[in-house]
Amino acid sequence: MQSLTLPLLVILGLTITGYFLAKTRALQVAGGDIRKLVSLPKQHALNTVLATAIPPLAAIVLFSLYRRLAEAEGSWLFTLVVIALAVTGFALSLIGIKTETRARTFAERWIMGLLIFASTIAILTTVGIVFSMLFETFNFFEQYDWRNFFFSTNWSPNFRGNSDLGILPLLWGTLYISFIALTFAVPIGLFAAIYLSEYASSRMRSVAKPAIEILAGIPTIVYGLFALVTVGPFLRDYFASPMGLGQSASSVMTAGLVMGIMLIPFVSSLSDDIINAVPQAMRDGSFGLGATKSETIRQVVIPAALPGIVGAILLAASRAIGETMIVVLGAGAAARLSLNPFEAMTTVTVKIVSQLTGDTDFASPETLVAFALGLTLFVITLGLNVFALFIVRKYREQYE
Amino acid sequence: MSTSLLKTDARTKKRNAAEARFKAYGLGAIIVAMFALVILLTSVLGNGLSSFKQTFIALEVELPEDKLDKSGVRDLAVMSKVTTIGYAPILRNALLATLAEQGIETELSNKEISNMISKEAAATVRNRVLGNPDLVGQTVRFDVLASGRIDGFFKGRVTMESAALDNNTSPEALEIAQALADAGIMQTKFNWNFFVWPDASDQRPEAAGIGVAILGSLYMMLVVLCLALPIGVASSIYLEEFAPKNRWTDIIEVNISNLAAVPSIVFGILGLAIFINFMEFNQSSPLVGGLVLTLMTLPTIIISTRAALKSVPPSIRDAALGVGASKMQSVFHHVLPLAAPGILTGTIIGLAQALGETAPLLLIGMVAFVREYPAAFTPESGLFGEASTALPVQVYNWTQRADPGFVERASGAIITLLVFLLIMNAVAIYLRRRFERRW
Repeated sequence: MQSLTLPLLVILGLTITGYFLAKTRALQVAGGDIRKLVSLPKQHALNTVLATAIPPLAAIVLFSLYRRLAEAEGSWLFTLVVIALAVTGFALSLIGIKTETRARTFAERWIMGLLIFASTIAILTTVGIVFSMLFETFNFFEQYDWRNFFFSTNWSPNFRGNSDLGILPLLWGTLYISFIALTFAVPIGLFAAIYLSEYASSRMRSVAKPAIEILAGIPTIVYGLFALVTVGPFLRDYFASPMGLGQSASSVMTAGLVMGIMLIPFVSSLSDDIINAVPQAMRDGSFGLGATKSETIRQVVIPAALPGIVGAILLAASRAIGETMIVVLGAGAAARLSLNPFEAMTTVTVKIVSQLTGDTDFASPETLVAFALGLTLFVITLGLNVFALFIVRKYREQYE
Repeated sequence: MSTSLLKTDARTKKRNAAEARFKAYGLGAIIVAMFALVILLTSVLGNGLSSFKQTFIALEVELPEDKLDKSGVRDLAVMSKVTTIGYAPILRNALLATLAEQGIETELSNKEISNMISKEAAATVRNRVLGNPDLVGQTVRFDVLASGRIDGFFKGRVTMESAALDNNTSPEALEIAQALADAGIMQTKFNWNFFVWPDASDQRPEAAGIGVAILGSLYMMLVVLCLALPIGVASSIYLEEFAPKNRWTDIIEVNISNLAAVPSIVFGILGLAIFINFMEFNQSSPLVGGLVLTLMTLPTIIISTRAALKSVPPSIRDAALGVGASKMQSVFHHVLPLAAPGILTGTIIGLAQALGETAPLLLIGMVAFVREYPAAFTPESGLFGEASTALPVQVYNWTQRADPGFVERASGAIITLLVFLLIMNAVAIYLRRRFERRW
């Protein structure tokens, strides 16, 4: 960090002087007659500023990626390179100021470069995600047999070594909780969407729609606390204990129900958009044949909107599988393969959190397994998303 | 079939019943959703509102010179050798004196009397004395914190029955507390300190606050705003206005919509692997948190910015081009200002999302116990490089503690978080209503 102060100050100084120098010089070149210039003085100034600042700043960004490497070689060399880049850009752009110089075009090329760079950051993020996880996952599979990871039904990490790290109980917990969440959220979300788009008066719509969307804006930690403090004890005291199904407040049911509440607005707002996209003419045709409103909805509107609805459900499923805070606070930490929904079970995301917080040792399989879990999670959710988009595109009816 | 048209037959009745049923299902679904919202909010408010109030004891504390300053010349080096353990009996004696003065009889042991006062109180008094050594030898009035159990009693969390089973308090202590409250010496009042104080250790929920967490969240929001807004706007401008339609830009577009659906915890793994392990930024620093949240918010900002740019009609661009502007000038001078309200709205909503995000921050070490207010800049750790925590992570942290007093704190922190989110969304809605233009 220390080593950056001097180059940054030099760059700042050169850009500010460059701005004013370029302006004066442009006027000078034109002999004070601005009409002789192809580009305005301020465009020359902008070009100088960009040419002075962008190359050294780009060098700094690159350098910070190879920070350790450069530190070993001594950072004065780097400081020198950065300052040299700034001075070169400064000098070249100032010398280049002539009456016929197209400064606007040059400046816009620099800006275009910046815009393109910004748009590649999204790509870089994905590449970063994939590579950071692939790299550590390979490390993990060098120490731990991949067959045991994918097919073992036992999860019991042990920081003294000799752990069983089978993903199956975690996947089971994840899918079970997601299943409960979806069986709760899909009917409610779908019916809410149908009612809002087909039956509700505009006044009711203007109240109910934002109210449901508030649920979408609430952070997941709030749902997590709700599960931990309210829903968990309630389910235990009124359902699990009396029925003799368990004594645990954190359970698959707790996490599933709360996650279902979280998913309601997700399902309903996506389905609402899709149902609204079904043309009115189809409804009118159905009414004309004597169908009631509900018959029209069930036999005309829903089939027409089905691909979109399926897509929405798949997106909701991907959301449920990747959800972390609700399951961390609501589902428990015991890896278990069981059918009882009132028992505590755990999920992939919970175990990523527990293996990567606290004392971590990036050489041991117990820590590295988190990256393999993360990669599995990423692949599953990505697969669901791509599949959802595919279904929506392939089966979308064209009404226009 | 000679029945009248005016009389509904069995089949019509059945169809009408099905119609009514179907409509009822829809209404029921909405009612369930609303009900869930109401229960959720009342649960959080019910648990958390009491955290904004705190029970204090007004004590006249005698600060004896022979205990607190052995040197007798107010030498700070000597005085600071007296730890909080040395201050605890002074506070206990002050409380005993107050009880005697009020004529409240007690058979409690010294330890039980001490347990009525927060363990934090001794540290507070000590800091005051070290800050102003002249206080030694005087009798000074302090508003000291009551312990978590006493505080819980006045908030209804601790009852006589639960106190009987509790090692940290007893029904007799609660009766004394009630007597003190009746005498006006013990008061439960609004507690600004909750927003200012840092976290406190496991034993003293009554002294825990969200000061550090708010500061950490604020720093992260600054980082996100300074990075995500320019990068998001720049990349949307490129994709919307300049990008040729080819395979590369297709990849970028698919990529952005997929990134928006990647689970947040995966971004935490990315932050851990790249920013902390590879680039060696400081663990649990707002800088790393801000970078991770930036990458998470980018898709949201890009999607809303592109929608805002798209809604500016082409005639604006054509007019600018017609009078000799370059493509770049038409975008920066005309399209961008017209799209600004939409961009701003999207940015605020993105920031609100980032503010409530927890999972990725757990992985980059923000769960650490932090009591020091992080500085925005220090020469050793750089910009936003000091260890910090964040509002939602603080909530998670408190849920992992054993003392039930922390549940109240966690709910209080959540109310604060929700108020911030409410304000941000209200601003976004206002901006949209005020500046939105339809062409």
